Amino acid sequence: MTLLRLAERGLYCEAGDFYIDPWQPVQRAVITHAHGDHARWGSDRYLSSREGADVLRTRMGPGATIRAVDYGEAIDVNGVRVSLHPAGHILGSAQVRVEHHGEVWVASGDYKTQPDPTCTPFELVRCHTFITESTFGLPIYRWPPDSEVFDAMRAWWRSNRDHGRASLLFGYALGKAQRLLAGLAGADVGPIYTHGAVERLNRDYRHTGVRLADTRYASEMPRGHDFAGSLIVAPPSAAGSLWVRRFGTISTGFASGWMRVRGARRRRAVDRGFVLSDHVDWPSLLATIEATGAERVWVTHGTREPLVRWLSERGVDARAVASQWKGEEDTDPVEVPGEEITA
Amino acid sequence: MKRFALLFATIDETTRTNEKIDAMVGYFRSADPADAAWAVWFLSGGRPKRLIPVRRLAAWAMDEAGVPEWLFSECYDAVGDLAEAMSLLLPDRESTADLPLHRWITERLLPLATRGEEEQRASVVQCWRELGGTERFIWNKLITGGFRVGVSQQLVVRALAKATGVAEGVIAHRLSGTWVPRAESFTSLSASETSDADISRPYPFFLAYPLEEDVEALGSPAEWQAEWKWDGIRAQVIRRDGKTFIWSRGEELVTERYPEIAGAADFLPDGTVLDGEIMPWKDGTPLAFAQLQRRIGRKSLGGSILTDVPVVLVAYDLLEVACRDVRNEPLARRRAMLTDVISASRSAAFIPSPVVRFASWGEARSAYASAREQSAEGLMLKRMDSAYGVGRRKGAWWKWKVQPFTVDAVMIYAQAGHGRRASLNTDYTFAVWDDGVLVPFAKAYSGLTDEEIRDLDRWIRANTVEKFGPVRHVKPVHVFELGFEGIQASTRHKSGVAVRFPRILRWRTDKRPEEADTIATLRALL
Repeated sequence: MTLLRLAERGLYCEAGDFYIDPWQPVQRAVITHAHGDHARWGSDRYLSSREGADVLRTRMGPGATIRAVDYGEAIDVNGVRVSLHPAGHILGSAQVRVEHHGEVWVASGDYKTQPDPTCTPFELVRCHTFITESTFGLPIYRWPPDSEVFDAMRAWWRSNRDHGRASLLFGYALGKAQRLLAGLAGADVGPIYTHGAVERLNRDYRHTGVRLADTRYASEMPRGHDFAGSLIVAPPSAAGSLWVRRFGTISTGFASGWMRVRGARRRRAVDRGFVLSDHVDWPSLLATIEATGAERVWVTHGTREPLVRWLSERGVDARAVASQWKGEEDTDPVEVPGEEITA
Repeated sequence: MKRFALLFATIDETTRTNEKIDAMVGYFRSADPADAAWAVWFLSGGRPKRLIPVRRLAAWAMDEAGVPEWLFSECYDAVGDLAEAMSLLLPDRESTADLPLHRWITERLLPLATRGEEEQRASVVQCWRELGGTERFIWNKLITGGFRVGVSQQLVVRALAKATGVAEGVIAHRLSGTWVPRAESFTSLSASETSDADISRPYPFFLAYPLEEDVEALGSPAEWQAEWKWDGIRAQVIRRDGKTFIWSRGEELVTERYPEIAGAADFLPDGTVLDGEIMPWKDGTPLAFAQLQRRIGRKSLGGSILTDVPVVLVAYDLLEVACRDVRNEPLARRRAMLTDVISASRSAAFIPSPVVRFASWGEARSAYASAREQSAEGLMLKRMDSAYGVGRRKGAWWKWKVQPFTVDAVMIYAQAGHGRRASLNTDYTFAVWDDGVLVPFAKAYSGLTDEEIRDLDRWIRANTVEKFGPVRHVKPVHVFELGFEGIQASTRHKSGVAVRFPRILRWRTDKRPEEADTIATLRALL
């Protein structure tokens, strides 16, 4: 019996009787981060990082029982030592370290090692078994420096402004949108408007102390307001909706790791793709796995097989584990209710 | 190269026609003519021949990137484009030096053709190290002979006209035929003197728009001429200065491939240009397009092909007569002259496209309804007073195509597409029932919305029964209405039939697989 195993409801620790990011309601759920595929409704009790508690509450609703712990603070769950460590993915994202009888497992959730002003940087945790994501588990995925991406974004906005167009920038409502807003803070870009789904989470980010560019909720603006020259940040699901019409002539952009590949951008039919991901790219993925010192690696979601084969050929005991986590999806992630597009 | 890469990226990224044109105008106005000449050539669909076999190139890229073959092919599957997969895998560039486009082509690209393998490799690897991002992608596309830019010839013409101030028609004329990408060629595109010397040049083809409204809306039937819409190869036959040229609409010189027509054209008077359809034609009747396909792309016409599939030019129009451009004469007048020119040629290889007589739109409708019996795709309607214009314009000429054949079929295989559709399952195989068994008879790639494609892709992933390489065998559940233009008996297909231009018309979510059509339905259409 391994310390963690895949059960019907998710990744389960039998010794401690708790689940990590279960996909069905359970008694005790340890949550790596608040994205819909990792944090699901209906469990009795949630454990979250303190940094991520506000966001998780917004997602799970005011009735949820959430216990918040500091990063690195160890708690005892039925004799199993559990602690959360920064994953650098989005605000409050955590890797879950589980220790029992001297054996250490780490479940990464989603993570990235690049710096990101909206969350605590990734912390490397040594372990025997590392459970990793592999959303971008192919060597074609290598991220350019953030500065380059934000420069391109600003140039795009400036050119649109000069042509009297609004710039509509798509990014996932939780995490990506705020990273965009933090990256554009202090720059000359503006005014910036947001979609409701983004604005709600901006409040949590600001409340947690993250500095974002000034934003206004687009739907608050009076009918007929002229959006020419402004930047609007919205979730990808808003693309093509009625909500978009109010902005007049627009140029669309999409910020995602998938934009590295031309076909993915063309399929989205956006004018510009910006390669900006909250997941590790291939080189960082390999470097992180190696640095954990893990003898055993489980690959949960993303492009699993190539990574498993790559690791196996290098003598690592690696295997693919079928989870229901999705990482950054090429198609829209399932938005939780309450985040429908409001016209 | 950087400026050209930027032009490419701008065109590639935007879906707006005006932005594409503006980007080209900006480039043409400011680029060195030697670079601009190559840009025009590429934008017009010119491509160098493949210089290095793709496998060899991929092997070098794997070595450079330190990626084993199995991983390379995983990456290729995810990207859907070999040139791009290589670009993304190779390490970042080492230098930021920039060489003008024409020097990249003439000094780095074209010389590869005459080099040995080791030299080629050293040179290509060096180029990879010097190029980043889009430039490297373009370079890979160039060496693999697959470079394409998403603009139509018409847009290039519009941009050039805007950049140079020369009329669109003149630019189109100057660009057609053998346009050599040299600085002088680019400079002479903008020359205000328009009597160009190149005797081989065809005129830009005039194309018809599909008729969507009711035919009654066209006004008085007396103002219109109807002809059958033939399904062959649109072409211009040119006789000037004692020489003959046959151009296909793809602006390809195909004189040698149709010796029957070329031979007959030798007897046309100098300064004659005919527009028509190259048709396989035997014993006074047209053959199926599939027969003509046997001749397309063939360089040598050995064996019995010339007697099996003889061709004629079904002539639609006369563009030049006695060295005079008559495109602005009314159609009725050109038609009369065309008949004279053809009867004077006394050749069976030219047939004036038969005019379909009709006194009322009702009669036109019955002719239209009988198009299939004539082996035609429908009717062409042309205004009697219309000039022979440039490109596709609305108003003067309409194509009135008969409705496609349709059949309800079950999807049984799916496969990922390429390019924009890479990593989504978008290529489907469809089957109909034959005695309780589903037999595949057609593949179709188009006709669904992006949203339907995504939904279907998700379903396919979850309902794959078996995988053979990239092909997924899926549960026979979904029924689609397919449309196609023609059907022929075929010994090469399991179903015994081959359909032409199959595409998806509708996803029949209301139908169960048992309700799909049978092979008997298809055979009845033969």
